[in-house]
Amino acid sequence: MTYTAPFRLPQGGRLIDRAFQIPFRFDGRHLRGLEGDTLASAMLANGQMLMGRSFKYHRPRGPIASGAEEPNALFGLGQGGRFEPNQRATTTTLLPGMVLGSQNCWPSLDADIGAVNNWLSPMFPAGFYYKTFMHPRPFWKHVFEPIIRRSAGLGRAPTDPDPDRYEQAYAFADVVVVGGGIAGLQAAKQAADQGQRVIVLGQSPIWGGRTPVDHKGGAAVVNALVADLERRENVTMRRNTMATGLYDHGYLIAREALADHDPNQGIPRQRLWRIRTQQVVTATGALERPLAFACNDVPGVMLASAVRDFIVNYGVAPGKRIVVVTNNDDAYRTALIAHDSGLEVAAVIDARPTADSELAQAVRAANIPVLTDTGIAKVKGGRHVDGVVLCRQQGDGQQIGTLDCDVVAMSGGWSPVVHLWSHCGGKLLWDEAEAMFRPNPERPPLGADGQGNVTAVGAANGDLRAAGDLERRELPTMPVWVMPQNAPYKLRAKMWLDFQNDVKVSDVQLAAREGYASVEHTKRYTTLGMATDQGKVSNINGLAILSNALSQPIPATGTTTFRPPYTPVTLATIAADARGDAFQPLRKTPMHAWHEAHGASWEPVGHWRRPYCYPQAGEDRDKAVNREILAVRRSVGTLDASTLGKIIVKGPDAGKLLDMLYTNMMSTLPVGKCRYGLMCSENGFLMDDGVVARLSDDTWLCHTTTGGADRIHGHMEDWLQCEWWDWQVYTANLTEQYAQIAVAGPKARELLQRLGGDIDLSQEALPFMTWAEGQIGGIPARIYRISFSGELSYEIAVPAGRGLELWEKLHEAGRDLNITPYGTEAMHVMRAEKGFIMIGDETDGTIIPQDLGLGWAISKKKQDYIGKRAQSRSFMKQRSRWQLVGLESLDKRIIPDGALAVDEGTNANGQRKTQGRVTSSYYSPTLDRPIAMALVRHGPDRMGQELEFPMPSGEVLKGRIVDPVFYDKEGSRLNG
Amino acid sequence: MLILTCPYCGVAAEETELAPGGEAHLKRVGPDGDDQQFEAYMFDRKNEKGVHFERWRHAYGCGKWFLAARDTNTLQVYGTYRAQTPHPTDDIVAAIRKVSPDWNPDWTRAE
Repeated sequence: MTYTAPFRLPQGGRLIDRAFQIPFRFDGRHLRGLEGDTLASAMLANGQMLMGRSFKYHRPRGPIASGAEEPNALFGLGQGGRFEPNQRATTTTLLPGMVLGSQNCWPSLDADIGAVNNWLSPMFPAGFYYKTFMHPRPFWKHVFEPIIRRSAGLGRAPTDPDPDRYEQAYAFADVVVVGGGIAGLQAAKQAADQGQRVIVLGQSPIWGGRTPVDHKGGAAVVNALVADLERRENVTMRRNTMATGLYDHGYLIAREALADHDPNQGIPRQRLWRIRTQQVVTATGALERPLAFACNDVPGVMLASAVRDFIVNYGVAPGKRIVVVTNNDDAYRTALIAHDSGLEVAAVIDARPTADSELAQAVRAANIPVLTDTGIAKVKGGRHVDGVVLCRQQGDGQQIGTLDCDVVAMSGGWSPVVHLWSHCGGKLLWDEAEAMFRPNPERPPLGADGQGNVTAVGAANGDLRAAGDLERRELPTMPVWVMPQNAPYKLRAKMWLDFQNDVKVSDVQLAAREGYASVEHTKRYTTLGMATDQGKVSNINGLAILSNALSQPIPATGTTTFRPPYTPVTLATIAADARGDAFQPLRKTPMHAWHEAHGASWEPVGHWRRPYCYPQAGEDRDKAVNREILAVRRSVGTLDASTLGKIIVKGPDAGKLLDMLYTNMMSTLPVGKCRYGLMCSENGFLMDDGVVARLSDDTWLCHTTTGGADRIHGHMEDWLQCEWWDWQVYTANLTEQYAQIAVAGPKARELLQRLGGDIDLSQEALPFMTWAEGQIGGIPARIYRISFSGELSYEIAVPAGRGLELWEKLHEAGRDLNITPYGTEAMHVMRAEKGFIMIGDETDGTIIPQDLGLGWAISKKKQDYIGKRAQSRSFMKQRSRWQLVGLESLDKRIIPDGALAVDEGTNANGQRKTQGRVTSSYYSPTLDRPIAMALVRHGPDRMGQELEFPMPSGEVLKGRIVDPVFYDKEGSRLNG
Repeated sequence: MLILTCPYCGVAAEETELAPGGEAHLKRVGPDGDDQQFEAYMFDRKNEKGVHFERWRHAYGCGKWFLAARDTNTLQVYGTYRAQTPHPTDDIVAAIRKVSPDWNPDWTRAE
């Protein structure tokens, strides 16, 4: 037995297949729709007009539209990781087993407690938030904010990871036509005839837009056009693809639904198209405007075009007795179509003084009453339309009659969809005759060549009669912004403009009275157009009301800014494959696999992964770090230093360039020697440090921090190319060409000597801050005698491909020396024990070398270097700047990194004044006590003084200012 | 997303291939400059709504820095040229004047 839903018409429905029933669940109820239905048409067929609750007042709401502009019929769709909030019922295709839940209501859609807000609505006028949540101040944290947070946002966010796949694709075209209606198809044919590469994007699963619904014979014309285009090699047709944004120089973003809500197809769910095109044709159609009459939000009040869409496309009757209310001829089509489908049309209510177009005559011929100069004073009904109260449009709402009905089909005229046109700078003009903004052909968005690169066609261009020969003559639209014209406050306070956010005519008028003259300010004050529909049906009506309230013409008010996306794009589509391991590339050193096999606990440093430490069985990270440090201090350890930046600077003027880039003198560095150097920005602040080695007469090797290699190389090239471009220098970033291993500890020399080779590693031949080249253990190597740990230390650079080999040879040879691999944290602690600074710990972009006691590394002889002029500014020379000191904890507890040292008194905000902060803080296993570095006002002059560090818990930690070098101050170990 | 043509390698590059470098034709003020001159060099930027000269690096391409003349409002690109050019070339000036006849070069910063 075939089941027929109660509001499914016996015939019609060009998009549905009555042979296939589709079960779905709505708020726990089992319902059935037909193949081809949208969620909205399936619900309406089942008599479910109530589909949601408005955001602010929780008023019952049904769908008012049939497309992307729908503000009311939003559902939470799906379950688990596939749950999505705010899915528009009017554009979501029904699939078997779909699970829909209503939003913004509790305990249920029918009995929603929040609806009490509706009765309290006089207490929630425009700007309610700004007026109410002001005083007293302490209420913010515990009263206002929790309330606002609980009621903020429409729909719930999904809690589980999205299990579906998304992808991105690129396309290139001469012309992209956005819109699959008759205007778009014709424009595509025209471009294709000229031999251009054309892409046509249609937002829905079917081509044709409004034409097949509005015009007899429309479907045949559309089908012929589509068949023609599909045959052509130079035309690509994409359905289900919404162009959401147009950006600079013809960059168009579109979202294609491939397997939306149907995970069983085994293909990506959505695809984000990134299209570069020479020209864009916007054939995006127009949106019908609601009329502002009292209680125009009662479920059953719909746009006239939507009523006929449901009838023609889905064979669904939104109701059984329809009243049409309009200010234009187009809505008469709804009366005719409803009548032809066997529905009763109680009357066409026309606000205009006369109505005698062909369409109006056809309606009269069907014995449907046409009432001119008439409006709706008020809609009767609560959760569903019961009828309308009639009045004179030119009057103040006095009742002249009533009509019983269950649907009101309203039309306030049409507004071209100008979003894409406007996204990238296209301007609009006000068309007085049709009461609408349309693209100004003189002011299109421009391409790189300064020529317009967007053309609007059809209804999107304001040509509402785009179907050509299929059209019947129509009379002009009469602007009707309030119905009736002189409605009193009582009625205006029930006229909805923004249905989703509950903004009424009275709210916009209140905003104007309170001084909001700018449309952008009024939008934010009233929240008009700020809901998930972005005001597609409300904006023009709202700014017309504002213009009237300000007694100025509509174009003087202007529109709010159109910003992408036109319809929401889920974040998963924007991310596409860039998630999990593919989110960003992972850089691995040649020894990465060894670290992994030896239990490294990783630390991300830039795109690198570096071993933080190597915990052994039963060890936590702290224990491992302490063991590694003691092993280095007592015997020998190895650190994978391959990530350090290595930049070659070469050429006759290389020394001159380095003298400008570093604060100290590099040109005088003898071949074979190393020098620690500081690099500052032109603003004087320390940005990187590292050891520079002079490799030959005209070649220097600059080490940078791990995270700094690419940035510093870019910095060098910037100055070289743009400022000193006549200097003869080349730079090359060789970071990944070499593996580098730091071998540190008192036994370092002994270990290296065991490997054999032709490099003399003795103190005499290779003293501290020198380097030598040769081979070690049969591997060609450069050995730098440099130390970041404070121990006797060699850094050995070998070709990247041989790094693992050297690392393994070292560990093999050093087994009896308890050779220990150490990670970044051991390195950090050891450098802090030595008082060495770390870029990013002791520096934060506001620190100059002089703050860190590094004045010795600034050349006094040099005329100039980058940052020199900046460092001579008066506030850079103030002795009271926070400067580097060591800190000794007074009670053996670690003072946390970032803790602030308080000073006497309070600032203007009532907060304690500060005089310093901790920049590095560790437990030192070498000294068996906490150590810290800090920046303190007048710090170096205050040795021995105590500072207080209040903690969030209320307790106060104390520290004493000491020298920042905690270990081996005389440097006998690293010189050993 | 802009498209700019690198004057070195000739590639019409997407903005994602490029790294921006701020206003072009700034004249460096070194240790001899007074506070006012240095402040102007370091911080004063034109922030034009209209014709603007700016620095770009073809960072994910040939690596070269170049300069672009472009309208920040209409997005029209008047041309790109080498970073070692002391001030915009005559064809750039001509391209700007074609659109804005009243526009006058201001090389005071470049001299």
